[in-house]
Order: sequence, then structure tokens, then C-alpha cells
Amino acid sequence: MRLAPSLALAAALSALFAGSAVAQESDADKDWSKVVIGTEGAYPPFNFLDAAGELKGFDVDIAKALCAQMKVECTFVTQDWDGMIPALQNGNFDAIVASMSITPEREEQIAFTSKYYQTPPAVAVPKDSEITEATDAALSGKAVGAQVSTTHAQAAAALFPDADIRQYPTAEEYKLDIENGRLDAVVDDVVVLDEWLKSDAGACCKLLSTLPADPAIYGKGIGIGLRKGDDKLKKMLDDAIVAIREDGTYDKIQKTYFDFDVYGETPAAQ
Amino acid sequence: MSGNGPSLAAPAPPPQKPKIAGMIAIGVWIAFAIAFVIYFAKAFDTTLIARFGWSYLSGLWVTVSLVAVSFVLGALVSLPVALGRMSANPIAGGSAFAFVYFFRGTPLIAQIFLVYYGFGQFHDFFEAIGMWWFFREAWYCGLLSLALNTAAYQAEILRGAIESVPKGQWEGGRSLGLPGSVIFFKVVLPQAMIVALRPYANEIILMIKASAIVAIITVYDLFGETRQAYSRTYDFQTYVWAALLYLALVEALRHATNWAERRLTVHLKR
Amino acid sequence: MNESLTLLGFGSTGWGDELATGVVVTVTLSLATLPIGLCLGFFLSLAKQSDDRLLKLSADIFTTIFRGLPELLTLFLVYFGVNAGLKSLSQATGLPDIALSSFVSGMVALGVVFSAFASEVFLSAFRAIPHGQREGGMALGLGRTKVMLLVILPQLIKIALPGLGNLWMNLLKDTALVSVIGLADILRQAQIAARVSREPFLFFGTAIVLYLVLTILSSFVIGGIDRWTKRGEVAR
Repeated sequence: MRLAPSLALAAALSALFAGSAVAQESDADKDWSKVVIGTEGAYPPFNFLDAAGELKGFDVDIAKALCAQMKVECTFVTQDWDGMIPALQNGNFDAIVASMSITPEREEQIAFTSKYYQTPPAVAVPKDSEITEATDAALSGKAVGAQVSTTHAQAAAALFPDADIRQYPTAEEYKLDIENGRLDAVVDDVVVLDEWLKSDAGACCKLLSTLPADPAIYGKGIGIGLRKGDDKLKKMLDDAIVAIREDGTYDKIQKTYFDFDVYGETPAAQ
Repeated sequence: MSGNGPSLAAPAPPPQKPKIAGMIAIGVWIAFAIAFVIYFAKAFDTTLIARFGWSYLSGLWVTVSLVAVSFVLGALVSLPVALGRMSANPIAGGSAFAFVYFFRGTPLIAQIFLVYYGFGQFHDFFEAIGMWWFFREAWYCGLLSLALNTAAYQAEILRGAIESVPKGQWEGGRSLGLPGSVIFFKVVLPQAMIVALRPYANEIILMIKASAIVAIITVYDLFGETRQAYSRTYDFQTYVWAALLYLALVEALRHATNWAERRLTVHLKR
Repeated sequence: MNESLTLLGFGSTGWGDELATGVVVTVTLSLATLPIGLCLGFFLSLAKQSDDRLLKLSADIFTTIFRGLPELLTLFLVYFGVNAGLKSLSQATGLPDIALSSFVSGMVALGVVFSAFASEVFLSAFRAIPHGQREGGMALGLGRTKVMLLVILPQLIKIALPGLGNLWMNLLKDTALVSVIGLADILRQAQIAARVSREPFLFFGTAIVLYLVLTILSSFVIGGIDRWTKRGEVAR
């Protein structure tokens, strides 16, 4: 039968596919003189692109400081938020420095360094809003915006099950939509909301309240995402985080963006 | 390839060599199928079905209803546009041509962004004219873009179909003393519709595929639910489910069209 | 108005230069995808009219899949799925890591979609060429390959051109989808500009105008090629 050879070929090929089960690769033999860093570029003040197309922000400056500390040549790549983890796993870059929370769900997929900052989530509403408290009853049936596949979107769904949760590709889109009245409230990091509310664009809205950061959702603060198995890189970055906190570099960067401490040993109320 | 390559359906007897190309090609597909089955058997997770099954069905419903409603609206809009395209009046002809060219010459995704985010900028104006309730909802914005887009394509289908009906049909109608509208609706249009059946079905298929774009403006259609599920699990099978559902939908439609065409053209067969 | 001009201007205050690079990326991606799609589509159409049933079946499976899947989904399947596959393959075989960039993913995804549709265009074009052309070529003692290259192909291109022209327009528009996986094309640059400047209408409107310019230019070029392929007919 003519099918026989093709079946044999098929069997060989599929063995190749199926046999290539994901094995955890160690980075012990890599020298890490060059590290590619993935970030989003749409999350001011942590990471954003300016009109010259350049990456700016707290995440970016911290990453640069860490690279200088490790004496490593770093290049940045922008990646949309919802493809961040797959792109890391596929090797498009080596580290995520994009204000990513260290959550149990994500830790199943990737590894994290220790945290490099930790700030609580908050809710903002239009200034003339009738909503007075951030509870499920008050937000029932209201349109609540958050960024897609973030801890904030998850927290919004958990805390306000009766609200109509809308998920946006980046923080900038939900900001536009609460400014023009499509949304009744938004949930995000308090620093991100604060920065926006201080700007002209945020004139529409006010901070309603911060939210309790449920550790089951928010995990252990914001860390740098790494592939599982890249233990050497993790060690290098962990040490570098400690070093820049000790030598004052961290504080210097922090002061250019914020007038309070974002590292927050314990999740602090603002 | 060239030695035993495919012939051009020539009457010459095909050479009786073993056909390597076909065996390799089908072998690759069988390999894919086997690898796919192995992958699915390994990855298949009933908890995922329990968790996201209903979301997928509701997403499928959103996709189907969005396409159905915008197709019907598009059909209504396409009628005057098609008549405009065929009219001798330069203003009617020119504006119909501009409409068709604009919607066929630019990407649907850009049109959707313009309607959703671009028009959102003018919410004060829309509020003033009492139209903001419409532009406030992402679903309506998606509907509007899809309907106008398909109207442009349907207008061309309709025009082609009407022009394919021989002039003699009009003349015959007139010689029977029928008014123009009766000739158009009772004589010409039914014949045009048979010609247009297949292009219309293709247009619906293209719309089903194109409608996946609305996921980016916060509509939870099938693709939106898929991205949602993927961003919670980072499990690739969530995309595979969506692929299977879309393929099933499109294939069902294609077979239904073939069947309908056979039924409707029974009188044309000898 | 002046404000809009500044925003669209070049330099560090305006987004004109970003949008211009976006145009380059869009055009480059379309042009890079075209030959892949055309070649693959051509071979698929050969396979579809082959008397080798297995080959025909394989080509039909290919077309069914890639004509039926939403382009956006195909793009995601390639970007995430093929990349994950390559990764595990390189781990299993010890070959160096290869990760498809968003540009290459876009090229692959749009290329296979293009080829699925192009194969149908080529197929109907093949059917429009009378058998006599082929037989005539054979009778002159030309080999299979020569008949294909010298007799069939020139006529095929002429007949297939309008259909392929439409597919090119679709390809040009579909590149906008690649912005979703992060390629810095026209639409993505417009999106970034809209976010930062908070002028979505201006920038998405500009993006649409840029696409319109590209499609109008394309239709001139296709019209020119069409006249060129038909130059023999005019003389008659």
C-alpha cells in the first residue's frame, strides 16, 4: 500500500514533535554578557514611550541601573502586555521588567527575582461620580475598566463580581475611556492612577480609595520575570537589586519619579 | 518535484511512478494530526473546560450575533450604494465609488479603532446630539464598523450580480407593461441573488473571520474570550479550541451554501 | 490645527517620523510576504490539479484550514504556537534557539493565508487556459518545464492578475493586524501616538489616510502591470 511509507514518515515526525516535551534548560553554561529586556512601554510612570520613541520610566531606569551594576550590556524590546510571558518563554527576550506582580499563577509559568517595588491597587472614578465607596454593591452594574490579564483586572473581577469588567490592551486605553465617559471606574496601581490624575488628562477624575492587596492575587510585589531554569541570571539580578538599594542608586531613581517610597516593606497605605 | 510533478490535468496517461510528493505531503499532515492528538491528549484539561467552557459558548454567540446583525444592516446600506454605483448621475456614482473605495481600501482594524477611540474623543458632541449611548458601547462601535465595511463589499457583489442579468430580462418585463420597480424586484433581483449567493456566503465567512478584531476594543467575542482564557492560563490549547470552533463555523457555512446552491439552481441543470 | 501639524511633524515633538517608519515597515512586510505567498500559492494550485490524490488532498487540507481561520488567530497561532514549538524542538535536538520575531511571524502567517487564497486564483486561471496551448507546446518539442515557463505561465499571470491584485490589497490591509503582536507598523505607531498625545481621532485618521494612499498607489501599479500584460492584445 502506498500509504505505508507516508505513515512511517508521519510516525517519525510526530515522534520528533511529541518527544520534544518541554525540558527545563539550565543557564549554567551561559555567560550573560548580553541581556535582552522586555517591557511594555505603555504604563507611565513605570514604563512608557515618549514622542521621540524612546523608552522612559521607573522600570526602565531600574533595569539600566541593574545592568550597570551587573556590568551587562542590556537591550530593550517592547512587547504588548498579554504576550509578555509567552514571549519570554519563547526566548524573544530574557527578562521582563514591566511592573509585573509576582503571583502564584504566574510563578507556575516563569520564575521571578525578589521584588523591586510594591504599591497597592486603587480605584479612580469621574469627579462627578455618584459612587462613594469601592464595594461590589456600589459598583454593581457599572462599567469598570482595567488592563487585560493584569492582577488589577483579576482583583476587580474578584472584588466586584456584579460590575461589568472591561479589559483594555494597555492602561492608556482605559484612561481615554473613563475620560470620555464610557467607564464608571477604573482599577490600577495607585502610583499609575496618581500620576495620571495629576496630569491634565486626568482632570476628569479622582481617586476613590486604595484597595486591599489580596496576596492570593497580588502575590509578593513587583519582580523581574525570568525563564524557569535561568538560575544564574536570577542570582545576578537578585544581588544587583540588593546592591543598588544599598548604594543609593535605587533611591536616586525613585526620587526622580516619586515623593514617597515605592519599595514598601509591607504593603503601605498611601 | 519536477520529475514526477503534477500534470496540468492533461489527457495524457499519468506516469505510473510512486508519487513521492503526495506521500511526503500527506505524511506531514498525518504527522501533524498525530502530534496534535498526542498534544491534545496530554494537554487536555477538563478543569479548563469547566472553567472556560461557558465563556467560549457566550463568545461564540457574540461573534455569531454580531456578524448576523451587521450583515443584515450592511445589506440594507449596500442597496443604495450599489444603485449609486450603477447610476449615470456623476454625484451619486462618485460618492458611492468613494464609499466603496474608502471601506475596501483601508484595514478594518484601523476603521474600528477610529470609530471606537477616535469618535470617543468627541463624546461631548455626541452627547449633545444624543448619540453617545450608541458610541459609548464597544459592541455598537464594532457593529457600525463591520456593517459599513461589509456594505461596501456587498454593494460590489450586488452590482456585479445585477449587471450579470441579461438586458433582455428588463426588456421582456417592459414589453409586458410592468413598472420598473416590479421588474427590478420580481424579475431581475431573484436572478441576481442566485448569482450572488456564493459571493454573499464568502462575505459572511470573511466577516466571521474579520470580527475577531472587535476583541481588541473590549468586546468579548469568541476571540476575546480566548485571549482572556489564555491570559489566565498561558495554556496554548485555549487558542486551539478557538481555531477548531472558527473552522467548524466556517465549514458548516460553506457546506450549507453548497447545499443551498444545488437546491436553488436545480432548474438550471439539464 | 497648528497643534495637529506639530503632532504630525517630524522630530522629537511630532510623530511624523514614527509614522514614516511605520509606513516603511508596513510596505516592507507586504513586499516580503508577497513572493512567499505567490510561490506557495502557485505550488498549491499545481498540487490541487495533480492526479496524485494524496497531494491534492494535502493541498485541500491546507486551504481549508488557512482560509477558515481568522487572520488574527493564525497570527497568534504562529507567534505563540510555532515559537513554542521551535523552542521545544531546539531543546530536544540541542540546536540553537530560534525565536520568530513579530515581523517573521507576520510574514509566515500572512504568507500562508495569502497562498491559500492565491492557490484558488491560480487554479481557476489554469482552468481558463485551453489544453491546446499545452499540447501545442509539446508538439513543438518543448519539455514539461519549458511548456510551463514559456507557454503556460505568461498566460496564467495575465489571467490571474486581477484576482492577485485583490489579494495584494488584502495583504496590505492585513499587515495592520500584525500591530497586535507588536510590529511597529503604521497602525501601531498611530496607536502609540494616540495614547501619548491623546488625539486618537487625528492619528487613527492619519493611519487610514496612509493606508488609502498605499492602496491607491497599488491600484495604479497593478493597472500598469495589467496594461503591460495585455499589450499584445491591443496590437491586434
